[in-house]
Amino acid sequence: MSAPHATTAPDAPGPADAQRGQGGVELTAVTKRFGETTAVDSLTLSVESGEFFSMLGPSGSGKTTVLRLIAGFEEVTSGSIAIAGTDVTSAAPFDRTVNTVFQDYALFPHMTIAENVAYGLRVRKVAKAEQRERVATALEQVRLTHVADRLPHQLSGGQRQRIALARALILQPRVLLLDEPLGALDKQLREQMQIELKQIQREVGITFIFVTHDQEEALTLSDRIAVFNNGRVEQVGTPREVYEYPQTAFVAGFLGISNLIDAEHAKRLTGVATPISVRPERVRLVDARTKPAANETSVDGTIVETVYTGPTTRYIVDTADGLRVVAERHNDHAPSDTAPYHRGDAVRAVWVTEHAAIVP
Amino acid sequence: MTITTTPARTSKPLSTLLYRHRWMRLVGLLSLPLTWLIGLYIVSLALLLVTAFWYIDSFTSKVIPGFTLENFVLIFSEPAYIATSLRTLGIALAVTVLSAIFAVPLGIFMAKLASPWMRAVLAVAITLPLWAGYLVKILAMRITFTEEGFFNSVMAPFGITGPGFSVLTVVLTLTYLWFPYMALPVYTAIRQIPVNLFDASSDLGAHGFTTIRTVVLPLLWPALIAGSVFTFSLSLGDYIVARFVGGANAQMIGSIIASNINLNPPVAAAFSVIPIAFVVFYLLATRRTGALERM
Repeated sequence: MSAPHATTAPDAPGPADAQRGQGGVELTAVTKRFGETTAVDSLTLSVESGEFFSMLGPSGSGKTTVLRLIAGFEEVTSGSIAIAGTDVTSAAPFDRTVNTVFQDYALFPHMTIAENVAYGLRVRKVAKAEQRERVATALEQVRLTHVADRLPHQLSGGQRQRIALARALILQPRVLLLDEPLGALDKQLREQMQIELKQIQREVGITFIFVTHDQEEALTLSDRIAVFNNGRVEQVGTPREVYEYPQTAFVAGFLGISNLIDAEHAKRLTGVATPISVRPERVRLVDARTKPAANETSVDGTIVETVYTGPTTRYIVDTADGLRVVAERHNDHAPSDTAPYHRGDAVRAVWVTEHAAIVP
Repeated sequence: MTITTTPARTSKPLSTLLYRHRWMRLVGLLSLPLTWLIGLYIVSLALLLVTAFWYIDSFTSKVIPGFTLENFVLIFSEPAYIATSLRTLGIALAVTVLSAIFAVPLGIFMAKLASPWMRAVLAVAITLPLWAGYLVKILAMRITFTEEGFFNSVMAPFGITGPGFSVLTVVLTLTYLWFPYMALPVYTAIRQIPVNLFDASSDLGAHGFTTIRTVVLPLLWPALIAGSVFTFSLSLGDYIVARFVGGANAQMIGSIIASNINLNPPVAAAFSVIPIAFVVFYLLATRRTGALERM
């Protein structure tokens, strides 16, 4: 059946200890072309063992293709891929020590939940008794023991998602690949599953490579994030690094809201002709006559729109010289009060100069 | 600002009546097809079955209405008849299995691997024979497999002699005739299997053949059974193929029915019960596998 190295010995020490430090993924100059289009363009990326690594980007940015290249569903056009130190560039999916949780779960519709979870063990010809035992443990891990005999279509989206996770984890892979696994769930369930995913990852201690287009999800879950755009990685870093210090205009714009100030306006404001980015929550609105402090930058303008989001209110301010600045303010006033500023008010937007990130 | 509304349309009394009374709509929908089904189809079949219990006056050769089981006794006691029934069953099963063996890999290729252009070409190639006449196709096979025919003349340099007119040629010809009825449902079913089930299977460690055995085939059961109902029952009822490419030893149930239809209608009628029984057993057997219940 499968090569011996693909099977984890059942009596091996717990995955958390045994596999820590051997689940790194290295992509070197990986390029993938589909006909004329280049989906992934000379990508070099290093995922460390045991980390929760997110690949974030808009649809068509190449992040899912990279995941499929790591899983082995697609072949690279050029470049090489190594998993846990072993080159797998031309290995078949069934010879790679990775498993995948698919976007729409890809559960086998004709098999019961228990049969689905056992599938990987079954094709490896693991003894029936051991299969039963490990399936029971896996179902317990995702707290779904009671659905073992049902068929996939009888489960809710969240349950199916957890079964897909159990089916992949039962094989104790070194790397788990997750292709937008929470995309089909509603917001509340998604947030609950995010916490669960994080907990499971900490428990099993293996590398998670997580594809998402949801920047909030990436920020919440990840140890590190790679931001994809047009088949290239724009920036790799911790959530804090990519949010606070975006290195490109794309990253600044894709993660949260950003006030991108072009070189020309920046020169007028700060004297230096480099584009800068400042987050709305770092912009303060004050009365037009208030003098800014020495370490602050300010622009004058008129509020053209206010957006109430619940915890915050966003003010969109246009200046006379064509700059638009968004300021976000916590609604920390008494609930019965209306916001202190209104559409049409002349205001001054102020931020601490060094809070703005330079976007080269 | 003025608001214009769409004027109500003039009322149609018949539509209103039908809308109010559900039974009237049902009558409207079903009266024509039910007349056809019951009046012509069921009644004629029932008459045929009744005839199986009648007998022939040995002097006048006239059919006498009555009740006798002799016709059935004859079928089950005459060794040649039993052999013919079993041969027919074997041929029908062989045609079904052969069609399925061809249809599954072809369907996988068409649905998952072929380019759209290639897929269209193959779809036409499969369905095109349906446009040709039934007899035309049988005669084509006859020309191919006859003594000094195409097959023998091409294969002669290799020292291979064709099957000639035999049971094997009957099986090949029937497969040729009924293959589209298996290939189309199988292809459609494979197209409906999400691609990521193939990915998931290989991701979990299954090689290609394991995936076909554990994922593709179980999902194809309904299509294979639907297709096999055609290939099986159409083969059971055929006798023209046996007559033109079967030679002397490939008589089928249909051949016997055809030769008795004027001489001894009650025996022909009794014999036509056999393929019906085979089909009923076949359907019960497929039901027993439980393959259909999980769909």
